[in-house]
Amino acid sequence: MPHATAVTIAEKLRLPAARPLPSAAALLRRAQRLVRTHAFRLAGLYFAVFVLSVLGVLFFVYWTSADFVERQTETTLDAEISGLAEQYAQRGLSGLVQIVAARSAGDRGDGMLYLVATAEGRPLAGNITGWPVGASASAGSLSFQIEVPGKRGEESHPARAKLFVIPDGYRLLVGRDIVEEVNRTAERVIAGNLSDRVPRLGTADEFDQLAANLNSMLDQIERLMAGMREVTDNVAHDLKTPLARLRARLELALLAPGNTAAQIEAIRAAIGEADRMLATFNALLSIAEAEAGAGSEAAERLDLGELAAAVAELYEPVAEEKGFAMRLNCAPGVLIRGDRHLLPQALANLLDNALKYGASPAGGSEITVAVLREGGRAVLEVGDRGPGIPERDREAVFDRFVRLEPSRSTPGNGLGLSLVRAVAHRHHATVALADNRPGLRVRLEFPEWTAAAE
Amino acid sequence: MKLLVIEDDRETAAYLVKGLSESGYTVDHSGDGREGLFLATSGSYDAIVLDRMLPGMDGLAILGALRAAQIRTPALILSALGSVDDRVKGLRSGGDDYLVKPFAFSELLARIEALLRRGTQAPAETRLRVADLELDLLTRTVKRGDKIIELLPREFQLLEYLMRNAGHVVTRTMLLENVWDYHFDPQTNVIDVHVSRLRQKIDKQFEHPLLHTVRGAGYCLRAGA
Repeated sequence: MPHATAVTIAEKLRLPAARPLPSAAALLRRAQRLVRTHAFRLAGLYFAVFVLSVLGVLFFVYWTSADFVERQTETTLDAEISGLAEQYAQRGLSGLVQIVAARSAGDRGDGMLYLVATAEGRPLAGNITGWPVGASASAGSLSFQIEVPGKRGEESHPARAKLFVIPDGYRLLVGRDIVEEVNRTAERVIAGNLSDRVPRLGTADEFDQLAANLNSMLDQIERLMAGMREVTDNVAHDLKTPLARLRARLELALLAPGNTAAQIEAIRAAIGEADRMLATFNALLSIAEAEAGAGSEAAERLDLGELAAAVAELYEPVAEEKGFAMRLNCAPGVLIRGDRHLLPQALANLLDNALKYGASPAGGSEITVAVLREGGRAVLEVGDRGPGIPERDREAVFDRFVRLEPSRSTPGNGLGLSLVRAVAHRHHATVALADNRPGLRVRLEFPEWTAAAE
Repeated sequence: MKLLVIEDDRETAAYLVKGLSESGYTVDHSGDGREGLFLATSGSYDAIVLDRMLPGMDGLAILGALRAAQIRTPALILSALGSVDDRVKGLRSGGDDYLVKPFAFSELLARIEALLRRGTQAPAETRLRVADLELDLLTRTVKRGDKIIELLPREFQLLEYLMRNAGHVVTRTMLLENVWDYHFDPQTNVIDVHVSRLRQKIDKQFEHPLLHTVRGAGYCLRAGA
């Protein structure tokens, strides 16, 4: 009984106030007696020790984690530097020059920068052409600009380095090209490693701020990707359940006795509409899911030719019935890493499209499915002899719900190619539309599976 | 035949219980995952129909627990999650079939019947017969009466599936999933054309057709009209 309890507590609370207050002197005497007891002193001592150790632990955690961030970003540099220092200790200046020359030979593509210079700044070895302008000559961290060959001639990249003064007055500079570093992080993120981040430098300058902003952007993307899966699951559940009820009610209505022929037809039509709504909905969810699943866990080694031939076999009879000749041209042994269930769905969408829009106006309709190897890429092509797609529309047709004017009269939801693109992206494949002279050719290029990549 | 329905949405559950009872099944229902698991482990059911998202315990977790306890009651998963990945995950975690909501009741019935038959079939059967149509699984030959019928490999698989489910309706989706192992909905009537090609071969020159189209549902292979 909550009411009774509340009353009792209220009464208890009022009780002490009803007593006469003890005088301040009496309280003081009581406190003095209490403090003199052994138990109190022991408790006090324990308390003090406890507070001190908690503070100690907290300080330690703060100190190590704050330091850790900085340490981690400098780890690569430090590892390089200590390696070079060891060389210097064992083999002297000539050993150092030798190893720096070896490391800076050729384009290693990792953005590492090296320079050994005399006290006056004359370079002895390294991949920086001269002593960086504006760089101080004393030991420590420094930032500067370097000139690197880019797509459009020389490009100026910001760089950061550590400088050491070697006992004989020579100087060693080990650093990184910041642009290269950001590029490499971006590449890894695109490849599906969403938790990769640009290393921070802890210097609070504009480049460090750029890295921080890029990283919080990546945090945001990672969060959104994770949220996407949850949202699609919930939307699927919360919107499809009422739709399921609607369909069930219609089906029950259909079974009820005494329906007129006209009523039965109307109910059937309503069920058909519900099914179409649902098909669109399912297609949207499939696309969202294929897009969210970068770096699919379901990927396995697949023979692209076999996979294409199997889907073509499913479509061959219906193609023949619609007056298309189906031609299959699949090279054997073209392997990719992929999802055994998603890829057939994408190919089926392409064949559905070819059947719907690819009939040749001049007669002699045909659909070609080809798998080939080209320049280290595994290529899947589906071609038809229909009117094709004008070049200006070739990008737009991949967007959701986009249907070009001539196709508006045929049934369809405008989601087929969106799914194809989502599946392609999930496989790190490119998808492009081309002129089949005449007709449309859809070309998907996958990274070819190699034993080395496993 | 006794069925267990584990479904938390009241209206869907009522619809399932009503429809299944009217189709001649004895149906128990639970709206909660844990209770459903308890019933499934203690009761003796011929098949279980369960929702994937349930309060208390996820449908896939129930299946996992059942299969870990060596309870092999055939189970059909109902789910609003219809992507290929979801279906495959459902089947891998111990489900025998997967149906995406909303579904046609005829589709559900056809699938439950197929699940129930799966348990009763003699596994050592090497020859299937429907009327005068005979399929030999060892020699991979098909005969109707005395006449040998030549089938392509896929047509042979299609006929085998139809014959194993003779007398019952099989839907287009069931054929696509079981004969081709594809789990998506084609926009084109690919299955119909395969079936009609098969029909050409097994029915065309014979007096009594065996392969029937069931309007709004699918196909049925049976002797007689």
